[in-house]
Amino acid sequence: MIRLTDVEMEYENGTDAIRGITLNIADGEFVFLVGPSGSGKSTIINLLTGELIPSAGRIMVNGFAVSTISGKQLPLMRRTLGVIFQDFRLIEKKTVYDNLSFVMRAVGASPKEIRKRIPYVLELVGLKDKALCHPTELSGGEQQRVAIARALVNNPTTIIADEPTGNLDPDRSLELMRLLIRINELGATVVIVTHEKELVNRFEKRVVTIDGGKIISDQIGGYVGGTIHG
Amino acid sequence: MAKHNIGYFFREGMSNMFSHGFMSFAAIGITVACLLIMGTFSLVAVNADAQLKTLESENEVLAFVNEDYTEDQAKGLQSELENLSNVASVQYISKEDAMASFQAQYPDEQMFQNNLKPEIFRDRYAVHLKDLHLTKETVAALKDVEGIDDVNAYEEISNGFITVRNIATVVCVALILILFVVSIFIISNTIKLTTFDRREEIAIMRMVGATNGFIRWPFVYEGFMLGLLGAVISFFLQWALYEAVARGVATNDTLQLIHIVSFEQLWVPVAAVFGGTGILIGVGGSLSAIRKFLKA
Ligand SMILES: Nc1ncnc2c1ncn2[C@@H]1O[C@H](COP(=O)(O)OP(=O)(O)OP(=O)(O)O)[C@@H](O)[C@H]1O
Ligand SMILES: [Mg+2]
Repeated sequence: MIRLTDVEMEYENGTDAIRGITLNIADGEFVFLVGPSGSGKSTIINLLTGELIPSAGRIMVNGFAVSTISGKQLPLMRRTLGVIFQDFRLIEKKTVYDNLSFVMRAVGASPKEIRKRIPYVLELVGLKDKALCHPTELSGGEQQRVAIARALVNNPTTIIADEPTGNLDPDRSLELMRLLIRINELGATVVIVTHEKELVNRFEKRVVTIDGGKIISDQIGGYVGGTIHG
Repeated sequence: MAKHNIGYFFREGMSNMFSHGFMSFAAIGITVACLLIMGTFSLVAVNADAQLKTLESENEVLAFVNEDYTEDQAKGLQSELENLSNVASVQYISKEDAMASFQAQYPDEQMFQNNLKPEIFRDRYAVHLKDLHLTKETVAALKDVEGIDDVNAYEEISNGFITVRNIATVVCVALILILFVVSIFIISNTIKLTTFDRREEIAIMRMVGATNGFIRWPFVYEGFMLGLLGAVISFFLQWALYEAVARGVATNDTLQLIHIVSFEQLWVPVAAVFGGTGILIGVGGSLSAIRKFLKA
């Protein structure tokens, strides 16, 4: 459950990135967050992960008041999120398997849980036979699927992806979206930031469009507005 | 903390240490230098202090008899010495007795046990004083006695030891402070290098909700290992150095008067202080390096 109430974000240099956003996303929803470059999409993601603190307003994520969260609570809140980045952020000197076991260990999973969980997640993203490869030995699409597997491996309730298809060709992007939809069907809330009009229009999903730090449209299906570049 | 994590932190810490071989080497080296210098000055001070204590407790002046005197002539001096003021008691020690007690001090030195002749010692009187403060006057009176050639009062020597002890203490404190800071600085930089190497991993750990404690532990272990390794190496170096110096002193003609405290009596406190200081330097260095990760 994500709830933003009258959220404003002004960066230290005075940039007003978010100018009053109120947005609710229920558990189990699938939401595209779209908008032109510089409209504030990444800023919203960083507010949700607790990377940024809003200058005004209230943010609730999975029962945690992120806008006023304590240092002790922040890690616990983050365990409810699985975050996927455009640039994957895999550790190149670790194998696919170790990239996953690393984040499981980081939240205190036992070796036994790790051995059980990783094959399941790799199966889900279709990378079962790549477990012992290093990220550099994989294609861009495969690397992105490792990033998704890593976001899933700690069994978060919410998946957040900032431009996950940015580096992929259209076929790979479509494949990736289908995977995220499948993950959503398995129960996770999914929030995807994207530029790709084509892609968004292929699915009948909720689309929240922002521009200039404000929500200009929130509807099912269809990328709104002609000013979107990307 | 779960048990499976401890092994993980330890392995991570070790692998961090080896991934920066040269910096780790430098960090251990500076820790060793710090501990060795600290240890050496402390041990000098300890020995000077021990020497001083023995001298004070002995409260005794040696009056050496003229070498041309026969044993009977030498023994004849006893009553004259006893009659001096401030003399509590007088004990005659023959050449042979002097040699025997000298040998008893160095039971392990084969050279002393086999090759000594009583002739190189002199007959002497051990003169116990009533009041140590009047040592100077009593020594002068003893020297005036016909047949006494030389008086070995410990006053000058004990002043010497006091000076040595004081200098050792001052130098020790100043050096320790400087080296302590330098060691922490170098260890801190070694570990900063590791955190820089691992910044991606740290960012990911934070993103998936690892606690600050979890993120910190491998670095604390790394510092701990660096400090502990430095302590162990310095302990053995210090031991070797100490034994070498002790042997040198024991076989040196002018220094053999000094009785060196045996390392067996000192190794426990030395090990404890080295271990404690090494770990303090290591953990302190790593904490200072990862200060920024303590924040959320
Ligand atoms: N760290 C920062 N400090 C100051 N201003 C920032 C910072 N990050 C972003 N901004 C500004 O905030 C506004 C929103 O940026 P944001 O990154 O959220 O846009 P975006 O919608 O993600 O764009 P894109 O689609 O290009 O990724 C922009 O004007 C940007 O210049
Ligand atoms: Mg962005």
